Amino acid sequence: MTKKFLASSYLGLLLVILYAPILIIVIFSFTEAKVLGNWTGFSMKLYTSLFQGGIHHSLTSALWNTLIIGLVAASVSTILGTMAAIGIYNLQPRPRKAIQLVNSIPILNPDIITAISLFLLFVSLGISQGYTTVILAHITFCTPYVVLSVLPRLRRMNENLYEAALDLGATPFLALRKIMLPELKPGMISGFILAFTLSIDDFVVTLFTIGNEGLETLSTYIYADARKGGLTPELRPLSAIIFITVLVLLLVINQRAAKKKL
Amino acid sequence: MRKNISSFIGRRRNWSIPYAFFLVFFVLIPLGLIVYYGFTDNEGDFSFTNFRKFWMQPEAMNTFIFSIGIALITTFLCLLLGYPAAYIMSRMNMRGAKILVMLFILPMWVNFLIRTLATVALFDFLSLPLGEGSLLFGMVYNFLPFMIYPIYNVLQKTDHSLIEAAQDLGANPRQVFFKTIMPLSAPGIYSGIMMVFMPVISTFAIAELLTINNIKLFGTTLQENIYNGMWNYGAALSLVMLLLIGVTSLLNNEGNAKAAEEGGLI
Amino acid sequence: MQKSENIIEIEHISHSFGDKTVLDDINLTIGKGEFVTILGPSGCGKTTLMRLIAGFLKASEGKIYIAGSDMTKTPPHRRPVNTVFQKYALFPHLNVFNNIAFGLNLKKLPSTEIKKKVMQVLKIVTMTDYEERDVDSLSGGQQQRVAIARAIVNEPEVLLLDEPLAALDLKMRKDMQMEIKAMHKKLGITFMYVTHDQEEALTLSDTIVVMSEGKIQQIGTPTEIYNEPINSFVADFIGESNILNGTMIDDNLVEFIGHKFECVDKGFGKNVPVDVVLRPEDIYIFEMSDAAKFSGQVTSSIFKGVHYEMMVTTPEGFEIMIQDYHHFDVGKTVGLRIKPADIHVMKKERLCNTFEGTIVDKSHIRFLGHTFKCPTASQFAHGSKVNVNVDFRDVILQDNEEDGMLPGIVSFILYKGDHYHLTVLTEEDENIFIDTNDIWDDGDRIGITISPEAIKIINL
Repeated sequence: MTKKFLASSYLGLLLVILYAPILIIVIFSFTEAKVLGNWTGFSMKLYTSLFQGGIHHSLTSALWNTLIIGLVAASVSTILGTMAAIGIYNLQPRPRKAIQLVNSIPILNPDIITAISLFLLFVSLGISQGYTTVILAHITFCTPYVVLSVLPRLRRMNENLYEAALDLGATPFLALRKIMLPELKPGMISGFILAFTLSIDDFVVTLFTIGNEGLETLSTYIYADARKGGLTPELRPLSAIIFITVLVLLLVINQRAAKKKL
Repeated sequence: MRKNISSFIGRRRNWSIPYAFFLVFFVLIPLGLIVYYGFTDNEGDFSFTNFRKFWMQPEAMNTFIFSIGIALITTFLCLLLGYPAAYIMSRMNMRGAKILVMLFILPMWVNFLIRTLATVALFDFLSLPLGEGSLLFGMVYNFLPFMIYPIYNVLQKTDHSLIEAAQDLGANPRQVFFKTIMPLSAPGIYSGIMMVFMPVISTFAIAELLTINNIKLFGTTLQENIYNGMWNYGAALSLVMLLLIGVTSLLNNEGNAKAAEEGGLI
Repeated sequence: MQKSENIIEIEHISHSFGDKTVLDDINLTIGKGEFVTILGPSGCGKTTLMRLIAGFLKASEGKIYIAGSDMTKTPPHRRPVNTVFQKYALFPHLNVFNNIAFGLNLKKLPSTEIKKKVMQVLKIVTMTDYEERDVDSLSGGQQQRVAIARAIVNEPEVLLLDEPLAALDLKMRKDMQMEIKAMHKKLGITFMYVTHDQEEALTLSDTIVVMSEGKIQQIGTPTEIYNEPINSFVADFIGESNILNGTMIDDNLVEFIGHKFECVDKGFGKNVPVDVVLRPEDIYIFEMSDAAKFSGQVTSSIFKGVHYEMMVTTPEGFEIMIQDYHHFDVGKTVGLRIKPADIHVMKKERLCNTFEGTIVDKSHIRFLGHTFKCPTASQFAHGSKVNVNVDFRDVILQDNEEDGMLPGIVSFILYKGDHYHLTVLTEEDENIFIDTNDIWDDGDRIGITISPEAIKIINL
């Protein structure tokens, strides 16, 4: 009994420490003070000014850029990665091993190496940096994760499913659409979510490939902001909103998964 | 002609071709460029100047060694704090454990810069000084979930009958843990170490933010050089880091690909 | 022969994966409405043959006609055949109804007709009321029925079944065998059934095609295959048998286990080495008396439900398996005899190993991917191509792969009464045949050694 109590208090303590900073942000999103840590009374002013845009136009546009880059990069990665996984699964052992090895490079490489290598690629080719280069860079580090989430689905799939569809009169295209895709869908969805979160969370690769034409994502905006000393106060409500959204989303997904099992 | 094209697409292994080209262009060639820049001088001639500079100038070298130290301590702390948490959760019932694991992973969905700044705010709030203490706290705080998750994953999959078998063969609880559970969770520990050690060495910006620019890690050295137009030197420093990574993964050759796959967070 | 009578005609089909030949010049015709079983051990090429007919593979060589038209290059979705896969391959995201309706939906039939047809086949496979069920919630046997229903609802000319019962337990398998047989009668279409289970083949088929090492060994009705096996492989694979070395002394006279026997075979020539096959139930066993042709001592006796299976050792040292309804005590000396018609004499496939070799220099020859020492090589010009003969007895096997000149795997074992005849597969995919008194297991990895004296070079 004491053992159990000790165990749960340990987990509880870890979680409290883990959540303390986030909690502070959420709490201080409800006050007007410019500096985090000063409580100047309850106020929703930061929330209203976040949504009015206007003065903080650059923050809203950074948010939009982040979402657009994340969606485009995750979508392209999901398509490219799924095709690649199907191809890899059907390759001979030797080329398969080779391509899987290269596929794992962006995963194992630290962000900064990926960032520098892509930076050197773009400047060597004289490509002006902006939206396109950021998206290409994000596809580069997202696709390997999609490949890794789709491949196990292929391995678990009955190897004859595709042939069974052909056997029953489906053309290769129909067999793919009606049988393969529904089977791979869970892997593709988790790959997409992973790619999207990696993309919106990325800072290092973005910083190196975004150029200096004034394009900002949330990460680079916060970084520039923090270096100027101090956060734009509106980031507090934004972080709080992002956090609560993710929390609710994950709870819903978890609940649905639990229900399906029953 | 059309028939040829459709039979080419029909062969499913050909589907990997676009991605193969993509990998060559966006992974292999860029890495090649790092090697190229690292081994050439400003004029583009082959030279070891950059490495000589790294060896001779203590600044970059010191940062490098300091970063390895910070990474080792962070990894050790994460393992120390994370293993018990992972172990406790792996012994709980599935539903409860699932929610807890999610709670541990959830903070990662908040932009890590915001998390880092929140840590700074927490230290300010508690009027604690910013320095090596806050740096280690921030690092552990950022990377702890990467240690807990893979270890939990392996422990949770462990066949419970193995533990019962050990008990049946006369092992006391301590022996069960050190002779059965620990060795069985080795792949998870390995993944966790890989997923904490590597990124910590290369982090950039976190250290500065956590210590108000007092402490700099190797990642920042890389970034500064590239930003100041010293591509050759920056590339050479990247190669030094790649070498370290190569050595670390070689030390644990087997789990490499596994680490990537099992470490997946979804 | 009229093309319309045969639903499938296979002409000179060969197929290889890389440089490994899995099918070697297969010729086969299958009549309309027949139940044909392709029988053989794993790796004999039977599944490849089926996949060629279904269209999942394109033959390297040869032609396949289905229902009279050349379909060698036709893609699977345009062939009038449907397949029941070994692991069923039901679509997990579709329920039973939609799995069965899959092919009909692709044909864009009106939904009322689809419904009618699906209900009809569900009735045939006795799965009515299951149409809304998730396929994952079904038992193995039920999934099997759905897989069959999904195939036959498209009214194929030929139904291909690839070891469909392999995943079921024994009791279920027996029941399903009967159901498949009944379905075949009811539907009247051609069934082509692939299995490695000889008992299944004997129970179900009109015609059995026995395959081994990419070749058809024998085609015949179950009785023909059982009673008149064409070679020692078929004899050993179908049912239990004693396979012994013998000598055909003259027409109707064969010598084996140290005795001469009258037999009904002729045309082999005089004093020709042969294989002799005796079915265990064809040997008469009785209390020792004058009626005995030869004698033996019972060394073991096991009750098998209906009969006793006894091992009898003759004074000459040969071990023979005998099945009889009567029990004889272990240690007892018994009398034995065999009717001439029950002695099956077969031409030996080979009398020694023959390899293709090349002379390397005066004292070396290269074959089986290895260079062997051989003093007689000096009689041949260097670089010339020759044949190499090695007696079965002259190949030495070692426990450790590294100890031998080249490694190999024991792939087939034949007990010949007083010794074992092994087939060993080398890394280069060549077979070496060996006679030995030592006991090895199927799949053993061994070292192979051939001494210089054992190598006999024959000029081409």
